[in-house]
Amino acid sequence: MALGTNSFQLLSNIATNDKHGENSPYFDGWKAYESNPFHPTKNPQGVIQMGLAENQLCFDLIEEWIINNPKASICTPEGVKWFKYIANFQDYHGLPEFRNAVANFMSKVRGGRVRFDPDRILMGGGATGANELIMFCLADPGDAFLVPSPYYPAFVRDLCWRTKARLIPVECHSSNNFNITREALEEAYSKAKDGNINVKGLIITNPSNPLGTTMDRETLKSIVGFINEKNIHLVCDEIYAATVFRAPCFVSVSEVMQDVEHCNKDLIHIVYSLSKDLGIPGFRVGIVYSYNDKVVNNGRKMSSFGLVSSQTQYLLAALLSDDEFVERFLAESARRLAARHNHFTKGLEKVNITCLPSNAGLFVWMNLRGLLKEKTFEGEMMLWRVIINEVKLNVSPGSAFNCSEPGWYRVCFDNMDDETVDVAVKRIRAFVGKETGKPVELKRWKSNLRLSFSSRRFDENVMSPHMMSPHSPMPHSPLVRAT
Amino acid sequence: MDFSQQLLSKIATSDKHGENSPYFDGWKAYERNPFHPTKNPQGVIQMGLAENQLSFDLIEEWILSNPEASICTPEGVHQFRNVANFQDYHGLQEFRNGIANWMSKVRGGRVRFDPDRILMSGGATGANELIMFCLADPGDAFMIPTPFYPAFVRDLCWRTGVQLIPVHCHSSNNFKITREALEEAYKKAKEDNINVKGLIITNPSNPLGTTLDKDTLKSLVSFINEKNIHFVCDEIYAATVFSSSPSYVSVAEVIQEMEHCNRDLIHVIYSLSKDMGFPGFRVGIVYSFNDEVVSCGRKMSSFGLISSQTQHMLASMLSDEKFVTKFLSENSRRLEERHDKFMKGLEEVNITRFPSNAGIFCWMNLKSLLKEPTFEAELKLWRVIINEVKLNVSPGSSFDCSEPGWFRVCFANMDDETMDIALNRIRAFVGKETKKPVGLKRWQPNLRLSFSSRRFDESVMSPHSPIASPLVQAT
Repeated sequence: MALGTNSFQLLSNIATNDKHGENSPYFDGWKAYESNPFHPTKNPQGVIQMGLAENQLCFDLIEEWIINNPKASICTPEGVKWFKYIANFQDYHGLPEFRNAVANFMSKVRGGRVRFDPDRILMGGGATGANELIMFCLADPGDAFLVPSPYYPAFVRDLCWRTKARLIPVECHSSNNFNITREALEEAYSKAKDGNINVKGLIITNPSNPLGTTMDRETLKSIVGFINEKNIHLVCDEIYAATVFRAPCFVSVSEVMQDVEHCNKDLIHIVYSLSKDLGIPGFRVGIVYSYNDKVVNNGRKMSSFGLVSSQTQYLLAALLSDDEFVERFLAESARRLAARHNHFTKGLEKVNITCLPSNAGLFVWMNLRGLLKEKTFEGEMMLWRVIINEVKLNVSPGSAFNCSEPGWYRVCFDNMDDETVDVAVKRIRAFVGKETGKPVELKRWKSNLRLSFSSRRFDENVMSPHMMSPHSPMPHSPLVRAT
Repeated sequence: MDFSQQLLSKIATSDKHGENSPYFDGWKAYERNPFHPTKNPQGVIQMGLAENQLSFDLIEEWILSNPEASICTPEGVHQFRNVANFQDYHGLQEFRNGIANWMSKVRGGRVRFDPDRILMSGGATGANELIMFCLADPGDAFMIPTPFYPAFVRDLCWRTGVQLIPVHCHSSNNFKITREALEEAYKKAKEDNINVKGLIITNPSNPLGTTLDKDTLKSLVSFINEKNIHFVCDEIYAATVFSSSPSYVSVAEVIQEMEHCNRDLIHVIYSLSKDMGFPGFRVGIVYSFNDEVVSCGRKMSSFGLISSQTQHMLASMLSDEKFVTKFLSENSRRLEERHDKFMKGLEEVNITRFPSNAGIFCWMNLKSLLKEPTFEAELKLWRVIINEVKLNVSPGSSFDCSEPGWFRVCFANMDDETMDIALNRIRAFVGKETKKPVGLKRWQPNLRLSFSSRRFDESVMSPHSPIASPLVQAT
């Protein structure tokens, strides 16, 4: 190598910093899963993956539609005549039929209470790309966005890594069900200003990840009032909108802005995706919907960096324009999500494990504060290690979500079948039974195991043993190797 | 409300996306009046899009014979949930294997690629941006030989904050990239306190349509090695090299023969948009010989992964040896045939072009038709070609060419009949031009001419499209 002794840095700062989030203490959380993944028959004692927010409950509905609609594919005899046109279509506006269909779907998800303009729909590389895109449009390096905690860990990567924007957490507390209060917002805003930080906006996830709750109308109105008053942007990540499975029904910012007097629409932006609502994260369908014309115009140019594959746009255009399918899917999906949620939470209640009451999402926010040896984050991590190694469930500790109080864990359960849920519930019951039956023995804890979250965690991709293709050459593990 | 605070970011309000340059709306004429063989035979023919539409029949035939490659056929739907759920940023193993296999075949099997070094990105657009984010900090510079693809400004500089330093090449020595020119550009940058991080080339070249000979390529590798700067080779036209041409030499081959080359400096950008004609599928690839770049670039690829549906389909296609061999040879043959036909047509009216052996366009020399050897005259001539001859071609100045009078003309995005019409029009125009002085009244100097965004994305409109225009609306 010709480098010699100079201090010249070969790669960029972005490439060599750790804002991608994968070197945090939560990185390798899945070593246990990787080395010992659960399989109902081949490895029934393995670790069950409950750290992935995926919706695998309704593939059959989509598969049935696909078989009945061969024209939606450019690879079937019925559809191949469109292959050439679609393969050649790279217009960053996107296929008009695709945008119309997404606008239609987004409206149906909101009960038809609001209509979306297809011309405001921008594409991004999954929600990951969409979140980054809106940041690039709204914030300069060093600018800040407020974000209520607990929040999705990969926001650090998506919103800050290459954009160099920063996040200012706004703490929420279990004492009022983690509601976002006006006081907390004002305090965080004021503190930032005192510190000479330029606050450009507020980003919320509604329905919430990891809480699984939807925001009530009054709180949403108050938030819109807040950003309007401060003249800062509001980005609403609504990617879990169709995972609402019981009352109260979802209220989108798009509905509420109509009710807020003098609301400056130039400040309102929605991030959407089909990854959670339809269970198709592989298709990388990220959407930015902005009420600000300049953002639409400039964001559209930027979308060149992460357009949705025209093959996928074409398929989804047909799928999401089929009103009969969409209505049936949304109703059945909500029903199955509710059933699964009940199945899991009822199982936990038997051993007095409570979760934050929730009506959406693909997970629950489990309260294990009663099992902590000490009410600290170290105590939370110790318990986490036990859950991974002894109970053999890969769950996510609240500190990964920047939660202000220790003892909360996000547990996903829509990425598996009913039998696996039963196994997981049994294990939890057995563990809690033991834990409350006798004092926890220190020797069972492996405090020197390095625990962190894998990158895949942030991408929330899955390798459920049922979902592994038998053709895949890879072992049953979500990680080929840690990088 | 009265705000002095800027609502949007600087990036959002800058014009580094390139679309506000004087070359933006070049297609208004096309948009208003697009050619159609039956519905609008007097319309403007689109020759500004570098697209390869010559070999779709081969692909369609393969698709129909391989239904399991799709997750939407009865034969393939059992894979739907696996594939739809797969978002691992390593990409499907079979896809990476297919790409590595394809890339190797395109280079005649003379080099092998490691599937584990293959990173995905949002088309070549996303791939170029990704490699910049990995290699350069805001304010750093990359040297780039001219003439070059206009959208490099957007791809390499817009959100990254990187700057480009043109290294001018001249027709007097066939636009060769000389060591002297590189050294001079590098030295000047250093004197101006600019931190040069690398050199980026496109090989085969857009817009020249030529491949670099092995010696020149080796000399470039030596140069970057000596200066310890990166070398990014955009090889997205690799499979458009004509069949009768000497084999394409990739940087990947050349470094095999250069033992002392620091491989940590070498990176290849690839895509299927030109070679296969799939720009819609957004298949961008970064292949780096630098482990750290692979590792960090892979994390970054999350922002522009390829749809798993598309990965799955291409995995089988590109691993099918028989298909790949047949496609590569037939595709080259057809491109060459189309190129030769077009060249003959131009030669009949003494229009010369830069001799090329690759690409889906030609670099046409219209210096003799310029009123004066200036860029203003080039633009005037361009307006005439658009409005009178009704061909949308691209003036050399948009590629930062150092000399006026060159125009890039694409010919692989249309059928034979349309090409004949284009040639007829050129012949009629040149015939008129050389017989009498050009009448000023025919020029419309107030027409704002620039390139549309679509130009940069080089999208196309099929006559089957409900909107027979590449632009739904100008933004």
